[in-house]
Amino acid sequence: METEMVHPLAKYLREAMMPHIWCSGCGNGIILNCFVQAVDELQMDLNKLVVVSGIGCIGRAAGYVNTNSFHTTHGRPIAFATGVKLANPELEVVIISGDGDLFAIGGNHFIHAARRNIGIKVICANNFNYGMTGGQQGPTTPIEALTTTTPYGNIEHPFNLVHLAAASGATYVARWTTLHVRRLTQSIKKLLQKEGFGFIEVVSPCPEIFGRYNKMRTGLEMMEWFRKASMVENFSDPAKAEITPERIVVGEFVDIGKVSYEKLLYEKIAEINEKKMRW
Amino acid sequence: MSKKRLILEGSHFMNGDVACAEGAIAAGCRFFAGYPITPATEIAEHLAQRMPEVGGIYVQMEDEIASIAAVIGASYAGLKAMTATSGPGFSLMQENIGLAVMTEAPCVVVDVMRGGPSTGQPTLPGQQDVMQAKWGSHGDYEIIALAPSSVQEMFDLTIEAFNLSETYRVPAILLADEVVGHMWEKVVIPPAEKIKILNRKKANVPPEAYVPFMPDDDLVPPMACFGEGYSFHATGLTHDEHGYPQTSSSEAQQKLVQRLCDKIRKNADKIIRVEEVMLDDADVVVVAYGIVARAALSAVRKAREKGIKAGLLRPITLWPFPEKHVAKIAKQAKAIVVPEMNCGQLVREVERAAKETPVAFLSKLGEEPHTPMEIFEVIRRNG
Repeated sequence: METEMVHPLAKYLREAMMPHIWCSGCGNGIILNCFVQAVDELQMDLNKLVVVSGIGCIGRAAGYVNTNSFHTTHGRPIAFATGVKLANPELEVVIISGDGDLFAIGGNHFIHAARRNIGIKVICANNFNYGMTGGQQGPTTPIEALTTTTPYGNIEHPFNLVHLAAASGATYVARWTTLHVRRLTQSIKKLLQKEGFGFIEVVSPCPEIFGRYNKMRTGLEMMEWFRKASMVENFSDPAKAEITPERIVVGEFVDIGKVSYEKLLYEKIAEINEKKMRW
Repeated sequence: MSKKRLILEGSHFMNGDVACAEGAIAAGCRFFAGYPITPATEIAEHLAQRMPEVGGIYVQMEDEIASIAAVIGASYAGLKAMTATSGPGFSLMQENIGLAVMTEAPCVVVDVMRGGPSTGQPTLPGQQDVMQAKWGSHGDYEIIALAPSSVQEMFDLTIEAFNLSETYRVPAILLADEVVGHMWEKVVIPPAEKIKILNRKKANVPPEAYVPFMPDDDLVPPMACFGEGYSFHATGLTHDEHGYPQTSSSEAQQKLVQRLCDKIRKNADKIIRVEEVMLDDADVVVVAYGIVARAALSAVRKAREKGIKAGLLRPITLWPFPEKHVAKIAKQAKAIVVPEMNCGQLVREVERAAKETPVAFLSKLGEEPHTPMEIFEVIRRNG
């Protein structure tokens, strides 16, 4: 008897939302796949999982995951997620969003969430440009890269995201590329089990837009760049991990223990009420 | 801790901002996110102290954009949530007020109005955000805004704002002004069981049958929250009843945006509240709200003493605008007088509803609201 072939991770995706909007060669599908793989391996309770995205190509990820999901305004997923996590700390709140959303328009929310050490987990797809709007320069666009708004080459310094996250106080910081599928999946599993604010940057190919302007017209060519340039160096100095055409340092940069904001807050509330009871 | 301490009861002498904060607690608000700003800071300060006492959350965010975003998040996680600000912060919140409208997140936004534009006069009163409350976020939508005239109403209308917001799944704005916010007056708080509290309609079908944005007959969809066992998606994009994005369907846009407007427009008679004083035989009617309505009432009484048939129509609900009430008085009155602490905002709505009846506008900006004498003079000239 023939049985219908079902992808083992199909239950984690909303069939009604398919087909997805992502171009061929885009890395977003790989990131989503690694995420649901991690959720599956951890046997997470989907009722307690909330996936939040901002605006941009990867912003559609929240809607594709068959769980509680919310697609915010541009740049605001972290601020929204802060409200969710504080209102119900039992929920596992994960943000999957892009470099422009999280570090340009949403940059302030990122550094303050990391500083507070609120227990939300951020996975950033870094594709070096604003893909959804047709490929403009963004906060991670490399120097001299061509985009539709840097037609003569980019003269702005890009953020080194792992350095920014580490300096802002994140308890877990890692960077991978979409080539590092197994390592990324294991890293997401670790992220999901950390207390406090955690961050993973995933360097991701955008051949249709960024690659087209920068002599890497296919996903394969972009992956070839990642393969040649990336080197795994766990717990190296994030300050020295700038991404250059020659060198993409990947690995874990930070993995520390620090009490989360929500734990401190709820302990404080309990303490206040105990004291009041004694009065 | 005695129960009495949890939620206040009885007579108190307090300022308007504190009354608003206590009203929120009485309404069941258990989440406040905000950012300090004059003249609304006392709401945050009071809730920083009081929220933990009732097991609620106070969090100070990095700005007002984050504050309202966190409020929407908390609302979707199942808590009644509020933020409080003044003009400059209200401007920053407009983006996510639109998100709350689009995702139908119940929440309360308090704007204690000061003088604008821009940084303006932080410690002085204004009524300059009336149109912003209605039109501030891009796109078409309807919203609810209430204008308190007393410290008692800072308490009462905060509860009312929560009730309306929960009922219609729309942001409700408490449009106060600096005088009402900072003024000290007596507030009488009834026992908790005597206070009418309304909560959002919960999802009442099994998870597999739940369609998150399918409205009931009142045009409001029941609401499931994160963690309650309902897996659903919400987005600021135009979406269908399932919450799935519909970015190229004219039909979906027509259906959704029209419903978001209609759920307020078609329920306007149930939402709108006004105070009517001596309108039955009035020749001259003053339409005033907020602190200005207090002076207007004195002016109306003085006019009556002088034999002028004056009356007061005080919109408590500014949005949706009580146009039927204005149209009704416009038929009988010879003139309508509108004093406002701006260069003419709600007066435009009054003129629209009053049609042929002449409307005299009295603007005042800066330190003091209108005096009763200033309003009386305009009544006298038109009486």
